[in-house]
Amino acid sequence: MASVYFDAATRRHKGNSEPSVDSVTLDIEDGEFLVLVGPSGCGKSTTLRMLAGLEPVDEGRILINGHDQKGVRPRDRDVAMVFQSYALYPNMSAEENMAFALRNAGVSKADAHARVMEAAQILELEKLLKRKPGQLSGGQRQRVAMGRAIVRNPKVFCMDEPLSNLDAKLRVSTRAQIAALQRRLGVTTVYVTHDQTEAMTMGHRVAVLRDGVLQQVDTPEALYDHPVNTFVAGFIGSPAINLIDATVQDGRAEFFGAAIPLERDKLGAAERVTVGIRPESWTIGDSLAKNGVALKVELVESLGAEVFVYGKPEAAGEDGPRLTVRTDKKHRPRDGEIVRVTPATEEVHVFDAGSGARL
Amino acid sequence: MTDTAAVTGFDSDEKPTGAHNAEAASFGGTGMKIAGYVGMVLVFLVVAGPLFWIVVTSVKERPDIYTQPAQWWPAHPTSDGYHSATTAIPFWDYFRNSVIITAILSIAKIVLGVMSAYALSLMRFPGRNLLFVVIIAALMVPNQITVISNYALVSQLGWRNTYQGIIIPLAGVAFGTFLMRNQFLSVPGEIIEAARLDGAGPLKLLWRVVLPMSWPTLIAFSIITVVNEWNEYLWPFLMSDDSRSGTLPIGLTHLQNNDGITNWGPVMAATVLAMLPVLIVFLALQRHMIKGLTAGAVKG
Repeated sequence: MASVYFDAATRRHKGNSEPSVDSVTLDIEDGEFLVLVGPSGCGKSTTLRMLAGLEPVDEGRILINGHDQKGVRPRDRDVAMVFQSYALYPNMSAEENMAFALRNAGVSKADAHARVMEAAQILELEKLLKRKPGQLSGGQRQRVAMGRAIVRNPKVFCMDEPLSNLDAKLRVSTRAQIAALQRRLGVTTVYVTHDQTEAMTMGHRVAVLRDGVLQQVDTPEALYDHPVNTFVAGFIGSPAINLIDATVQDGRAEFFGAAIPLERDKLGAAERVTVGIRPESWTIGDSLAKNGVALKVELVESLGAEVFVYGKPEAAGEDGPRLTVRTDKKHRPRDGEIVRVTPATEEVHVFDAGSGARL
Repeated sequence: MTDTAAVTGFDSDEKPTGAHNAEAASFGGTGMKIAGYVGMVLVFLVVAGPLFWIVVTSVKERPDIYTQPAQWWPAHPTSDGYHSATTAIPFWDYFRNSVIITAILSIAKIVLGVMSAYALSLMRFPGRNLLFVVIIAALMVPNQITVISNYALVSQLGWRNTYQGIIIPLAGVAFGTFLMRNQFLSVPGEIIEAARLDGAGPLKLLWRVVLPMSWPTLIAFSIITVVNEWNEYLWPFLMSDDSRSGTLPIGLTHLQNNDGITNWGPVMAATVLAMLPVLIVFLALQRHMIKGLTAGAVKG
């Protein structure tokens, strides 16, 4: 077990003017499950590979348990990795795959077998140990890859999108299993994903990356409730938050007929702000209510328990932004209907119109 | 029927049938099938004809070899050709030389090829690509150009009529390096990274992870090497005068020079005997040249 500290770690790939990972500083506690999330190409996998020693750190440092890892070979870092493709050895059985690292480390055959059996029991792999990867299903391979990591009892687990090759149903169940396993083993884990649902459900904390720059590290709830900028607000949450340009008048942000009171001391002299309103922060009321946006419904998506209404504000015309409103199935409007939706003032996020930073 | 199967073949269970039918349809009907078989028979005749003639001639009596019209089946089969082939020249000495030289050369070439390919594909060092280009350039130089200077050097060393005189100049492996390097580069990078994280050193990485995934290519390379070395003619011919270090092809030449122009029976018999070992090696190894050894390594 170990703590991990990224100290302004930077990675520049040859031929790119911008660094792939730009001065990331991140303190991961012993036993913590940290999720690195961001769109493709944001540098999250590179960050993970730097920790595993598969990519060099060009500037800054990475410390494991306070020790600088510069020049330490991957095999000497005591870091186990689960790859997106699983990267199992096709010529070895599941048991040999899991025991490979132990045997390389000089563990006796009997001890290695005992540890493999223990891991196989946790992962329900006992009956599959003699099979080769080619004879296993995707989910089983994924579990062997997990087993290969846990038998080593490493300081740190690195997981690079380990669920992305599974089908949707298996992904949900495996997600819960991995999170439970991590809590049981208590090994510091860094988990990379582009799926914000995985990020929100699995991690103790979530780090959001964009273009190699760390945007925000916080608990899933804090990320959702207090995003530091429009990027984090837009990335976390599904369906995405509504980001609306609003004009400031008399200390209120006004948009499409609705008005939100703003805190003057934070606002400064800004004339425009970006207002972020989550789909569930609206209420659909009757069309005569005050302080609401008249929304022309274009599409209604019913997921069973909840209903998402997509539409354009009447005041904005055809070119206006498309807004998403969540409602329950009792208040399901029809396509083409005009409904008045009212934002819950206390749940509205206000961002600087230029920089996108939270006000 | 074919069309409907191909159209409805989007369901995953139906796919193989659909694809198979579509393939069959694209090759047309009976006409194409017949043309295919005719092609196969032609190729078979071109390849098997001379072989058949060698075997038949080896068991003919001397007068039956030169007759008009040609005898397609020996009228009086005899093993005299085989007897005289193994007694007129020290056949088994040549055979022993061939086995020793082929074995040492093949092992040397395979080991050197695999090791150099490993270094050029999986290890990082400055000038790696330049070195690879130099090796490929060596592949482009025809054998005949280097043969004179090699001869001068080796005879100066006093290595004529010795095994090392034949083996060492032939042990260069540009082809094996090229072939195995490209094979190693096709091994998924994540597996190599996984092995490195699992604490595998360079030799273990090669032996336990990379080579087992490269068997088909390695077997193909081994077969090519064994056959080439067994049949190597020019250099052993220049290096050896007699059965002290001469290989079977040299023995065949001596046999032909003795009485070959008039008596082809023993020459053909010796040819059959010289072919058998490589044929056995080939048949034993070729079943290992199967694909799909990387199944299940990455993704599904």
